[in-house]
Order: sequence, then C-alpha cells, then structure tokens
Amino acid sequence: MPIHDQGYRRYGGDRARGRAWLVIVTTGVRAMLGNRRWIVLMGASWIQFLVRAVQFYLAANFSQAGMLNPTAATFRDFFDKQDIFVFIMTVTLGSSLIAQDRRANALQIYLSKPLTRAEYIFGKLGILVTFLLLITWVPAILLLVVEVVFAGNFTFLQANAYLFPAITVFALVEVVMVSTSMLALSSLSTNSRFVGILYTALIFFSNALYGVLRAVTGSSMVSWISFGNNLAQIGDLIFRVPLRYQTPWPIALVMIVVLVSVSALVLERRVRGVEIVA
Amino acid sequence: MSDAEAVVSLENVTVVYGRSNRALSDVTTTFVRGAVGLLGPNGAGKSTMIKSLLGFVVPTHGRMRVLGLDVAASPVEIRARIGYMPENDAHIPGLNAVSFVGYCGELAGLPRADAIQRAHEVLFYVGLGEARYRNVDTYSTGMKQRIKLAQALVHDPDLLFLDEPTNGMDPRGRDEMLELVRDLAHNKGVSLILSSHLLPDVEYTCDHVVVMDKGRVATAGSIEALKQPRGRVYELRVKTPGDLETFFDRLRAAGLDCHATDDDVVRVFVPGDGGARKLFELAAAERVQVRHLRPSVPTLEDVFAHAVGEP
Repeated sequence: MPIHDQGYRRYGGDRARGRAWLVIVTTGVRAMLGNRRWIVLMGASWIQFLVRAVQFYLAANFSQAGMLNPTAATFRDFFDKQDIFVFIMTVTLGSSLIAQDRRANALQIYLSKPLTRAEYIFGKLGILVTFLLLITWVPAILLLVVEVVFAGNFTFLQANAYLFPAITVFALVEVVMVSTSMLALSSLSTNSRFVGILYTALIFFSNALYGVLRAVTGSSMVSWISFGNNLAQIGDLIFRVPLRYQTPWPIALVMIVVLVSVSALVLERRVRGVEIVA
Repeated sequence: MSDAEAVVSLENVTVVYGRSNRALSDVTTTFVRGAVGLLGPNGAGKSTMIKSLLGFVVPTHGRMRVLGLDVAASPVEIRARIGYMPENDAHIPGLNAVSFVGYCGELAGLPRADAIQRAHEVLFYVGLGEARYRNVDTYSTGMKQRIKLAQALVHDPDLLFLDEPTNGMDPRGRDEMLELVRDLAHNKGVSLILSSHLLPDVEYTCDHVVVMDKGRVATAGSIEALKQPRGRVYELRVKTPGDLETFFDRLRAAGLDCHATDDDVVRVFVPGDGGARKLFELAAAERVQVRHLRPSVPTLEDVFAHAVGEP
C-alpha cells in the first residue's frame, strides 16, 4: 500500500533507550560529511600527515636523511602545527552547535524527547570531538604506524613506548578543553557568527595579554593567563620535552580544569527546555 | 473522575518563577483519557502546566503523574510515551521535513529505517506529503504548525500535549488542524491535552475541559456536563440612557451573571428557574429599554466566562 494511503498508524516496533546522544552525534557527523567545503578543510588538515609520512619514509630509507629521524619532539611538533586546523574547525563547526538550536527553539524539541540535558550536551560535544580527533589523534596514531611500517621494525616504538598513551592523553585534553569551552560559548548566544568572533577574541586577547605581561615582567611565569599556553605547557609535559614556559605545570593544569568546569557550569545553566526570565 | 482513568494528575502543584511570580498556585486536577481542553486566558498558567509535566519547569511544591509515572522520578520514561507540540516556532535548523521528523523519531528511540518510514507517513497524515523534501526553514507559519504536530506524532505517543496548535493559521488551515486533532483523539486512540485560549477550538475537538485562571483551576469536567443549565440563559439587546456598565452592575448585584459578546449582544445567566420577568424588572428599575430578548442555550463560552468571572 502506498504510504500516502495509509494515514496514521500506531507503531508496534522496537524502541531503543539511552542512545539519543549517539543519534545526535551520527546525524551531526553525517550532515557535515555532506558539506563539500568541510571535506576540503578536512583534506587540508591532513597535509601535514602526508608531509610527515614522506619525512619518515626518507629517514627510514636514506641514510643521508638521518636528521629527519623522528623523535618524541616530532610528534609534539605535529600537534603544535595542527593547532591552526583545530582552531578553524572549532570556530566553524562548534560555534553553531547550540546557538543554532537556540535560535530555532530546537531545545524544546530535543528535550521533549526521551533524552536528558546531559545526553544532549554529550551528543553535541560528540560531533565536535569526533572531527577534532580526526585531525589530531587519528593522524598522530597513524604516523606511529607509518613509522613502524617504513622502518620495518619496532625499535622506535619500543624506545618511545609512552608515545601512544601520550598522543591519546594529549589529544583528549586538547579536544575536551576546546570543545567544552566552545560549546559553552555557543550556548550563550543565538548568533553563531557572534560566538565564533567571541571565541577568537578570547584566544587572541589572552595571548596578547600574556605578550604584554611578559614584556613588562620579563618572565614567562604569567603564561597561565593564556588558554593556548596552558595547553602547550601540559603538552610538553605529556610528551616529555622541555617545558616552554616558567609557569609550573600544575598551575597550567588547574587553569585547564577551571576552564572545563566553568564551561560545564555554563552548559548546565543554559541548556534548558524553557528559558525563564523572572 | 477517578485516578484510574486519568492520564495526568496534579496534586497541590505550585510553580513560582523568580521570588514571587506564581504561575501555578496549589493546582489539583486530573486529565482523563481522550481529548481534554486546557482552557484559559493568556497568562492563566496553561503553558507552565504543560512545561511542568514535561519536566522543563520544576514545581516548588506538589506532585504530578503522567500515564501513571511520577514526573519527578521518571521524566525520561514519560517523555518516551508523550508527544509535545510547542506553542512557538520550533524546529531543528538545516533539515528538510523528512530528515527532521525522522531525526525526532530516532531521538525517541525508533530504529533509523522505522523512523524514516514513520516520518513519511505522518507527514502525509498532517498534509505535508508534497512538501516533505523542502527545508523546514522555508515553511510558512501554517506548515510549521503542521510539522510540529508531525514531530510530536512520529514515535506514536500515547499522550499528546498540544500548546496552541492553531496559532497563526489561516481559517482553512485552522479547520484542517482541528480536524486532525479531532481524528487523533476520536479515531486513532491518542489521548491529548489541547491548551488554547480559543473556545471554539476546544469545543470542537475535546470532550472534557480544565479551565485555568490566574494560576488556579477555575472549573473542570466534561463539556456536556458543564454546559448543563443550572438556570436560564438569555440574549439581550438593550438601549440605556446612561452607562451600560451601571446596568450590568445592577444585574450582578442581583446575582445574575452577564457578559457582552462580539455581536452587540449581552448574555445573561439567570440562576435557578428564574425567568425573564426578573430581567424586565431590573431593566425597568434602571430605565433601560429591552429591545430584544431571546432564550438561549449555555455554551462553553458561558462556562468559561462564569468560571473565570469574566464581565
């Protein structure tokens, strides 16, 4: 029977519970993958992986290219260079995640379905986290595999056994910090363009402030004032390379935890089915 | 009405916005199976009641049960079995109608294939079959009302909350929407609570009504029972040398309810078996000429006006 002849029927099929957040993630990821400009951006973010792969190939096969041999610092540097793509992706994708829903009053629709506010937030977070891991954790891990394949042995991997957990932990710290802060900003406005500008301003303002204070004090002890610097400091610690700022790493870690906690608090207050103006 | 046949019950529910703005004051009522109208003027607390039942607003006091489940203890289980059509514009941006409604079905737990099939079905049912591949952002107000109904229906709820479903619709669209609502309640076995300030909408689609006023339940029961005469209703056209309000005040002082309609006619409720003689006596005392007097039957409008004390 054609669908248009059926009218309204009762549904007797299965109903799954507790997977609404996954539905939000998969639908969001599917929608982004259908966007050609997004695919181009994803492709561009993998260029560094290709360059590094060639570097590993040359180092493994040509003794004259010994200076190209990978070290732990190579992987740390890989993450540093990916920061620009993390930034672009966070601004272009993350700024609209909740702002657009708020503009279209979609929160009422979401939260009238059998999902909790936490599931909604995790679903939205999942979209951004997925794409950010695709340009940070996935290529970094693949680089490790490429090194082993090109070298034909596990020598590098055995000597740097901590690299796999280091890549994983740092990618998670970076992605969680960036995603939660952007999602919190996105929940503050109905205008995604404004959210993007606000995020950019916060990053650049905190960096500029650090620059000024460093010039005044002549010390990098104040690096904790910049969000990016805290992440860089923790990254150096995780990859066991010399710390780039004089700030003790626990302070950088506390600043990251504070940022994530404040973001979670903002999300808890802003993601509601009804906005009450009393 | 017993709690056994109630789909929704509220016990002493109070909702306070801010420090002192009482949206619901100690509300105790039940909604039976079938179609129940939630009637009241703007600001009466209808939307607040629905949002409390959905778990969007947490009452400061009281207990609520929906489909036998406690709202405070099982909000997610309740939302799996209900559909909600919000009052204002609401959709998920960037999606066409099939994707939007299918997505809502998936969020409610339906497998993807079933959700998409149900999306097609309900979109045809609400009259959006031909426009189902259009982006929802481009829909007219009437179409947006229909798609809100479709997303509320896609997972086949046992109970529907419809908040002002005919808002912003043209007369034809409004009639079609009311027909859909009536069909759902009377032929498809879906219980529904229709919140509206439009009496004809409620009278056409519902069998029962809960009338709200200033955050309290003014009256509740079956529409037929509430319309049963406990007196007589007359339609009057009068000419008065002075202020008409003085005459109304005199009628009210004599225990007669009266309210003006849109058609220059005053409807007067005379309690008990009081006849028109009392009306003529009061008119004569106030030197008011009665130009037209006709016995009438009580309408939902009379019930509403009586319940909320509307002049």
